[in-house]
Amino acid sequence: MSLLTVNDLRTYFHTRNGVYRAVDGVSFAVDRGETLGIVGESGSGKSVTCYSIMGLIPQPPGRIESGTAMFDGVDLLHSTAAQSRQIRGKRVAMIFQDPMTSLNPYMRVSEQIIEPLLIHEKISKTDATRRALEMLEAVGINDPEKRMNLYPHEFSGGMRQRVMIAMALITKPELLIADEPTTALDVTVQAQILELIRKMQKDLGMAVIFITHDLGVVSGLCDRVQVMYAGRIVETADTRTLFYHPKHPYTRALQRSIPSLQPKGSELYTIRGLPPDLSKPLPGCPFAPRCEFAEDKCVNTAVQLANVAPGHAHACLRAQLGEI
Amino acid sequence: MSDPILQLNDVKTHFPITQGFIFKRKLGTVKAVDGVSLTLGRGEVLGLVGESGCGKSTLARTIMRLVPTTAGSVVLEGKNLTATSAQSARELGRQMQMVFQDPYASLNPRMTVYATLAEPLLVHGLCPPAAVPSRVAELMEVVGLAPRFMQKYPHEFSGGQRQRIAIARALALEPKVIIADEPVSALDVSIQAQILNLLAQLGRKMNLSLIFIAHDLSVVKHISDRIAVMYLGKIVELGPATDVIERPQHPYTRALVSAIPTPNPDVERSRQRIVLPGDPPSPVNPPKGCNFHPRCPYAQEKCKLTEPPLVAADATRTVACIRLGEI
Repeated sequence: MSLLTVNDLRTYFHTRNGVYRAVDGVSFAVDRGETLGIVGESGSGKSVTCYSIMGLIPQPPGRIESGTAMFDGVDLLHSTAAQSRQIRGKRVAMIFQDPMTSLNPYMRVSEQIIEPLLIHEKISKTDATRRALEMLEAVGINDPEKRMNLYPHEFSGGMRQRVMIAMALITKPELLIADEPTTALDVTVQAQILELIRKMQKDLGMAVIFITHDLGVVSGLCDRVQVMYAGRIVETADTRTLFYHPKHPYTRALQRSIPSLQPKGSELYTIRGLPPDLSKPLPGCPFAPRCEFAEDKCVNTAVQLANVAPGHAHACLRAQLGEI
Repeated sequence: MSDPILQLNDVKTHFPITQGFIFKRKLGTVKAVDGVSLTLGRGEVLGLVGESGCGKSTLARTIMRLVPTTAGSVVLEGKNLTATSAQSARELGRQMQMVFQDPYASLNPRMTVYATLAEPLLVHGLCPPAAVPSRVAELMEVVGLAPRFMQKYPHEFSGGQRQRIAIARALALEPKVIIADEPVSALDVSIQAQILNLLAQLGRKMNLSLIFIAHDLSVVKHISDRIAVMYLGKIVELGPATDVIERPQHPYTRALVSAIPTPNPDVERSRQRIVLPGDPPSPVNPPKGCNFHPRCPYAQEKCKLTEPPLVAADATRTVACIRLGEI
């Protein structure tokens, strides 16, 4: 029994220029204690998927058109406000890309960290503060008694991200959704934060959904990876299979365009064209216009994610037929 | 190096921190670039890497004379840019052009591609007005844009296409040196590959010398001939690109290289990672002795006392670490 099961999620944005299908039929599951990576380029729908689960989609213009997200028997997409308050922020927590804009600049760090505790648990302020101190220590902030009473602007980027992680983990969530938590950080600081997420995951035994565009980060951290393109999942597999035996042409193209996997100075592989306009209907495979293997049937026939091996599924018609 | 096109001699760029509006008091100095010496060969691609705040962008701006130099000299083809008048420096500066990180911010949203590319040509009188349209079309073709998009505005293009426009603008004056400050950081991987290919190809075809600034070491390694690693305003290691990445010698370079995640699960999971403690220190108040000693796993007492000079570690490599032979 999975911890979170998302089924046929569709999140559309109704704008003046038409209906923008940001997430268009996404299904996946996350087990307890597992790390799932979601990779994709900007606009692929990886963040919108997670925002939908967390109920963070501004409605309007957004609308969740269909789908369910079952977390331990409760559908997060159709639960009452009271029900979802019991889960969001307590059992499912989220951290964001930019720790400067996601912390409240007018509140002391201490107040922000204990807020989820005061809301979700019957706890006195003194006890909550004690827990916050422990948490700050656990995420590697030196001298937490003093630092706790500072404001976010008095911290560096890496330290702010640690504060965010402390805030997300203080209620001991079962699932952490991390939306590009290291993209805004320098590589040496990124290494610290990834190490921290790994350690906290082991200590708390929580599941993690890690959203990123960096295949390198995924390779070291995640058990399973799913690749998104144009609002759909195009391939999902365990990390080793995805990196060593990718089947979908988009996954393969992504790998071939990374400089570190190619011989120095060689011409990098480039994917021709641009991602599709999501406000136009896409009857066939969304990647077909840019795919070097595409045929007429790819453009016209709808393609579903299909299992090719246990735990390995992809949505390429020609690969499913064994043609490529 | 024989016949370098660009030479930096002990360049320093310091910014004063002042308080008050009328009666300014000086509180301190940000030593953004603090004694950098470099040479750039003809047709060479020099990669400049470092974390945010290490001074790599300030160095680029110093070379371009977008910020005043505090000390040292920038010599382009034997002519000292820092000593000449603003006007003749501008004339010389034509031979150096810059491409910026964010193509959403570096292009004027109210100017069409044509206006953007024609402006430098007209300002410098590089071609007769009648020939401007054909020259603009030619520039667009060089960077892989169809000339029929000439009358479009920047917002009508994608990020990668905008970066192509910015590159075309830099090429308009037929420069000899291009300084690219994080030109691919804002782009997705598939688009990043296109821009990297374009820069490499232009460099070869036009015999351009390129200073390529980035924080992504794998990108820099791919495109550069040599790499300079900066930390807190100083160069700590300089050498051939593959060498520096595969056999880093300075403790900071070692940590930097080990911090980069590789898209290869088996390698990624088995390797030893050096996780540096703390954040880079503030350039207002840099540590005494070696800048890196508070975070360095090999630091000793003597590292706190003397500032390590950049010395030759072998024929092609220079490293600024006094414990080099011992670690």
